[in-house]
Amino acid sequence: MKYKARLSLDIFFKYVFKATGLLVLALLGGILAMLIYNSFSFFMDVKPLDFITGIEWNPTAKIPKYGMVPLILSTTIVTFGAMIIAIPLGIGTAAFISEYASPRLKNILKPTIEMLAAIPSVVIGFLGIVVVSPGIANLADLSNGLNALNGAILLAVMALPTIITVAEDAIHAVPKTYKEASYGVGATKWQTLRKVVIPAAAPGIIAAVMLGVGRAIGETMTVLMATGNASILPTGMFDSVKTMTATIAIEMGEVPYQTTHYFALYAIATVLFIMTLAANMLGEYFINRFRKYHAA
Amino acid sequence: MLRKSQKLTSVIEWGTLLLSTLLVCFFLVVVIWEIVSKGASQLSWEFVTQVPTDGMTKGGILTPIIGTVLLTLITALFSIPFGVACAIYLQEYAEDNWLTRTIRASIRNLSGVPSIIYGLFGLALFVQALQFGTSLIAAGLTLGLLSLPYIITTTEEALMRIPNSTREAALAVGATKFETIKDVIIPSAMSGILTGVVLTLSRAAGETAPILFTGAAFYINGTSGFVNQEFMALPYHLYMLSTQHQSIDEVRPIAYGTALVLIVVVFLLNLTAFYIRYKYRKNEN
Amino acid sequence: MKTKLSAENLNISFGTKHVLKNVNVSFAENEITALIGPSGCGKSTLLRSFNRMHDLSPDAKISGSLKLENLDLYSKTVPVTEIRKRIGMVFQKANPFPKSIFDNIAYGLKINNLPHDKGVIEKALREAFLWEEVKNDLKMPATRLSGGQQQRLCIARAVALRPEVILMDEPCSALDPVSTLKIEELISHLKEKYTIVIVTHNMQQAQRIADKTVFMYLGEVKEEGLTSQIFGNPVNEVTANYITGQFG
Repeated sequence: MKYKARLSLDIFFKYVFKATGLLVLALLGGILAMLIYNSFSFFMDVKPLDFITGIEWNPTAKIPKYGMVPLILSTTIVTFGAMIIAIPLGIGTAAFISEYASPRLKNILKPTIEMLAAIPSVVIGFLGIVVVSPGIANLADLSNGLNALNGAILLAVMALPTIITVAEDAIHAVPKTYKEASYGVGATKWQTLRKVVIPAAAPGIIAAVMLGVGRAIGETMTVLMATGNASILPTGMFDSVKTMTATIAIEMGEVPYQTTHYFALYAIATVLFIMTLAANMLGEYFINRFRKYHAA
Repeated sequence: MLRKSQKLTSVIEWGTLLLSTLLVCFFLVVVIWEIVSKGASQLSWEFVTQVPTDGMTKGGILTPIIGTVLLTLITALFSIPFGVACAIYLQEYAEDNWLTRTIRASIRNLSGVPSIIYGLFGLALFVQALQFGTSLIAAGLTLGLLSLPYIITTTEEALMRIPNSTREAALAVGATKFETIKDVIIPSAMSGILTGVVLTLSRAAGETAPILFTGAAFYINGTSGFVNQEFMALPYHLYMLSTQHQSIDEVRPIAYGTALVLIVVVFLLNLTAFYIRYKYRKNEN
Repeated sequence: MKTKLSAENLNISFGTKHVLKNVNVSFAENEITALIGPSGCGKSTLLRSFNRMHDLSPDAKISGSLKLENLDLYSKTVPVTEIRKRIGMVFQKANPFPKSIFDNIAYGLKINNLPHDKGVIEKALREAFLWEEVKNDLKMPATRLSGGQQQRLCIARAVALRPEVILMDEPCSALDPVSTLKIEELISHLKEKYTIVIVTHNMQQAQRIADKTVFMYLGEVKEEGLTSQIFGNPVNEVTANYITGQFG
C-alpha cells in the first residue's frame, strides 16, 4: 500500500476508535436522559412527595395510587436479608481461600465461585420455585414459600461470588509484614486473622459488601419468580413482597404507552438507578481507599 | 494441656471457615444436582430438535434454542467491534484528560446499571424511537449495550498486559500506529480478549430482564428467525414455563429440561473461557 | 570519515524534567559508536530520538536539529515510518512479534511494500547469523526461540529493511555471556554495511566492539573520541572516574 493510503487509514481509524469512546458517553447519557425525561413526565401528574412517601402502590385502581414505599421496603427487606446470609458466608469463604486453602485447593475453589456467578438468574429463580419455596413452606408451615425470605436466600447466592471475589482480593492484599508482626508477638492464626488481617482489609471488605448490595438491589428475575409479588406493605420475612425491579418487569408489559402508569415505572427505575449507583460508588470509594492505604 | 486445647480451638476456627466455604460450594452443587437429576430424563435428541407443540406441553425446545443462538450472535456482532474499539481507544490513544476520565467513569457506572434498566432503555430506544418494534434485533442490540462495558473492561485488561516493547517493535520497522494495533497488539492480546468475550456472551445468553419488553415472545409458531420479528429464548422460556404457563405442573419437566440446556450452554462457554485463560497464562510464564 | 547521523543543540524534556541539555554529537558512516554513561544520563533518550520513538510520549518536548546526512529527521514533510525504515532499532529486551520466524522478518517488508520472498528472508537471517539454526523451522512461533536467538531475530528483522543506521539499546543486557559474545561478533560484522550506534552499560563490551565512544553525564555529552582514547587516556575527570568504576 502507498504511504499516503496507509497514513489516511491510520488517521481514519484514530477517529473511529475515538468515536466508540464517545458512544459509551452517549449510552450513559441516553439512559440518564430517558430516566429524567420520563420521570419528569410522571411528576407532572403525581407530586414527587406523594410518590416517595405514599404507602400504597395500586396504579390500576379507580383512583390510582403511586406510593412507592411498599416497593422500596420490599427491595430493602430482601436485600437486607440477603446480606445477613451473604456477608458472614462471603467473608468466611474469602478468608478461607486466602489464608487457609492450599494453592491446589484455590485452583478448584476460584473456578467454582466463578461457576456460581455464571448461573443465569432465571435458573436461580427457578430453583427458588422448585426447591427453596417448598422448603420454606414445610419448615414454617405456610401454604407456599414465595416470600421475602425466599428472595433473600436466592439473592444471597447471587451476591456471594461478588462479595467473595472482592473480599478475597482485599484479604490477599494485606501485606505479609502485618501478619508476621502479629505472629511475632505470639498470636495464633485465628487471632491474627480477626485482629489484624480483617481490620486491615476492612475497606476492601466493605467495598465487597457494597458491590454485593448493588447487585442484589438491581437483580430482577430471581425476585420476580420467588417472592410472590404481592403489592402490600411488607412486615416481615414471611410476607410476599414486590420489589422495584419486579414491579417494572411485571407492569411494563401491561401498561399502555405514555400513560401516567408507564411514566411511573420509569420513575421507579430512576430511584433504582440512584440506589445502585450509590451502592456501587460507595464500593468504589472504599476500594480506592483500600488501595491508597496499602500503596502508601 | 494448654497445647491440646489450643489445638482444638484452632481446628474449630479452621472448621468454621471451611464450613462457610463448603456451604457456598454446596449452593452450586444443589443447583446442578436439582437440574441435572430432574432434567436429564427430559433430554433427548427430539427435545433439542423439535419445536414446542400442544400449547408447549409437548415437543422440544428448538425454537428457544435458535432464538438464543441468534440473539447471542447479534449481541456479539454489536458489542465485540464497539467494545474492542473503545478499549483500543482508551488503552492506545487516549491521553489522561477529563474526557478520558469521564469515559472511564461512565464505563464503571454502566457496568453497575441493573439489567432491567437496560431493558427499559432498549424499549425506549430500539423498540419505540427507532421503530424496530419488539424484535430479535431490538433485544439483541439491548443485550449488546449491556455487554459493552464488560467487553471494554476485559479487553482493556488484555491490552494492558502487552508490554510497550511489543508496540515499539512494530513502530521500529516502520508500521503506523494503526498497523501496530491491527497486526501486533491485537494478535498478542487475542486470548485475553477472547476470554472476556466468551464470558460476556455466556452472561448475555442467560439474561432475561433486558429481553422482557424488547422482543422475547411467549410462543411463536415454527422456528422463525427473522431479525424484525419476535423470538423465543431459553431463559425467557424457562421463566414463562415456571411462572406464566396455564398448566404449570404439566410443563414442569420441560422447564427442567430447558434449565438443563441453558446451564449446559452457559457452563460450556465458561469452561471454554477458563481453558483459553489457562492456556495463555501458562504460555506467559 | 563521512558523518551519517548527527544531533545539533538537541534539548529534550519530559514534562518538567530536562533530560538532554544542548547535545551536539555526530556518528560516522560504517562505524560502531558506543554511548556510555551512568543510568539516567540520557543515552537511551538520545538514541531513541533518532528514530522518533519519543513521538509516543505526548509530554516529550524536543528542540534542536537531528539529521540523517542532510535529511531533517523531524521535518513535517518526511513520513516518520520512512525514517524508521532507514534507521532501524534493536531493543534491550528481545521483542519478536507473536508470529512465525518467517513472518517476523517479512512483516516490516510487507508493510513497507518491499519484496518479502524466501530469498530475502534467508538473506536477512544469514546476515544475523541465525539461518543455520532456524532454516527448518521458519513456520515456528518466534517466541519459542532462546533469548539469544530471539535477539538475533530482532537484528535480522532490522537489517531486512536495508536500513542505513541501526540503533541498539543495550541489546545484550538480558543475555548470558555466550549469547552476548555471539551478538557482539555479529555487530562487529554488521558495520561493513551499516552505521551502528549502541547504548551499553558494559565497559568491556564498548572496548571490544566500538570504534568510537561517547560518554554522557547528567544529560550532557562530556567526552567523545576514539574508544581507545576514551578508555586509555580520558581528558575529563568525570569520564575517568566512570570508566574506572568509581560510580555507575
